[in-house]
Amino acid sequence: MSRVTIYRILVIAAAIGILELLCLIGTIDRITMQAPHLIARDLAAILVAGKLNGAIAKTLTNASVAFVLALTVGIATAVAIHGYRALRETLDPLFATYYAIPVFGFYPLLIILLGLGDAPQIMIAFMLGVVAVIVNTLNGLDRVPNVLKKTARIHGMGRLDLAFTVTLPYAAPHVLTGVKLAVAYSLIGIVGAEFIMSRGGMGYEISFAFTNFDNATMYPLIVLILLVSITANTLLSLWEKMLLTRRGYS
Amino acid sequence: MPDVHVSMRGIEKTFPASGGGREVHALGPIDLELHRGEFFAIVGPSGCGKSTLLELIAGLAEASAGVVQFEGREIRGEIADRVGVVFQEDACFPWLSVAENVAFGLRKANLPAADKARRVDEALGIMGLQDFARHYPAQLSGGMRQRVCIARTLITEPRLILLDEPFGALDQQTRLLMGEEVLRLWRQTKATVFLITHALDEAAMLADRIAVMSARPGRLIDIVETGWPADRDSRIIERVEFGTITSRLWRSLRAESLKAGGRPADRA
Repeated sequence: MSRVTIYRILVIAAAIGILELLCLIGTIDRITMQAPHLIARDLAAILVAGKLNGAIAKTLTNASVAFVLALTVGIATAVAIHGYRALRETLDPLFATYYAIPVFGFYPLLIILLGLGDAPQIMIAFMLGVVAVIVNTLNGLDRVPNVLKKTARIHGMGRLDLAFTVTLPYAAPHVLTGVKLAVAYSLIGIVGAEFIMSRGGMGYEISFAFTNFDNATMYPLIVLILLVSITANTLLSLWEKMLLTRRGYS
Repeated sequence: MPDVHVSMRGIEKTFPASGGGREVHALGPIDLELHRGEFFAIVGPSGCGKSTLLELIAGLAEASAGVVQFEGREIRGEIADRVGVVFQEDACFPWLSVAENVAFGLRKANLPAADKARRVDEALGIMGLQDFARHYPAQLSGGMRQRVCIARTLITEPRLILLDEPFGALDQQTRLLMGEEVLRLWRQTKATVFLITHALDEAAMLADRIAVMSARPGRLIDIVETGWPADRDSRIIERVEFGTITSRLWRSLRAESLKAGGRPADRA
């Protein structure tokens, strides 16, 4: 285990320890927040009882759909527009300011367009994630050395072959940065949309528990979302590290 | 009469104006014939269009005027079959192992997997890379990475090998040894080799004929026949004729290099 990993674990353990202490001595009262050990106990109880399995499955499924859509559309869009300088220059200001747009503000419009089902929530999460994938993929594609493209051409590769065999693999570490952001944005998008207006999902359950002072449900679900996000991010970071190590950047 | 392998007639290359400036006349007109199986080198000052000329032969770029032919067929911006190129820059794919990099040359070849594996092993063996097959390029020295690129070119069994300053990033000793390896491969493959270099000694050691290019727009101002035997190696630099050849090359090149650097010849 690396020294940095040990420091990370120590920081998290210290934060949980301080929180535990503040809860136990009453600085943070029980109505505001439960002690971390109680949150862990309640999370285990929720998972064992399975009463929120439907909500958890709904959120994770929709987040996965939004993530896959953001990834596919994001990478395809980046590859398609990469070679067109005028188009890039036209779209760059939009990409640069995109995250200043309150995407959740489009939720009512999306409900009108896509109905009351899961589609508007998936669209919100997709809209949050897709530009991060596009921007980071473009960033990676910009860095592909010309000599690799020439080598691919010498070996008879067409545009599509070049993208899948040379430029995207070269850009993979940058694409992965976008992928990591897309994971987080997909989850935020779905949970946020469920929180605002939905009749199911983890966001809805958190919102319902929040309005009913049900800390035994609200905090464990928040922790579960955190755990899912951290797990996905850690796996992707390990993959990224492997790619960078092969390239001599370890 | 030597068998003409590559012919260039009236080749010119101009690049369009950028930012309202005048278009750049980079190259030509050039008339040149490469004989089948010869080792031909081009030397010239920086920016004279040497690499542009190589790209026109490779089919990576299209001439603004004139005709390039390889084995009697016109090349006009498309890659001809059985032409291999080794560039100066590191062209190894960093995410692929050495063996995978070499096998890349056979991606389009319609061969059974066993045949491909055998040919990869052969190419690795020829370039002395068999112990590094599973290594990644980042684990190799610059010279070894260049060997990987040469192996990837060789595996396609090219009849024309274009070398664009392939040893430019290497130290002098490695360059001499790599030069010996290229000579050995040239004899083995019987391919025509076209070498671009800025190093006069490298050109004098490796080539049967050496063309000197002028400052931009690059034209051929001299062609020197070295008269070396085919079984030469780096020890040829000890010969008196080697000095004579490099002196002649420098005489032709000096004024052009000064011109390329923005200095008049009589001030030097």
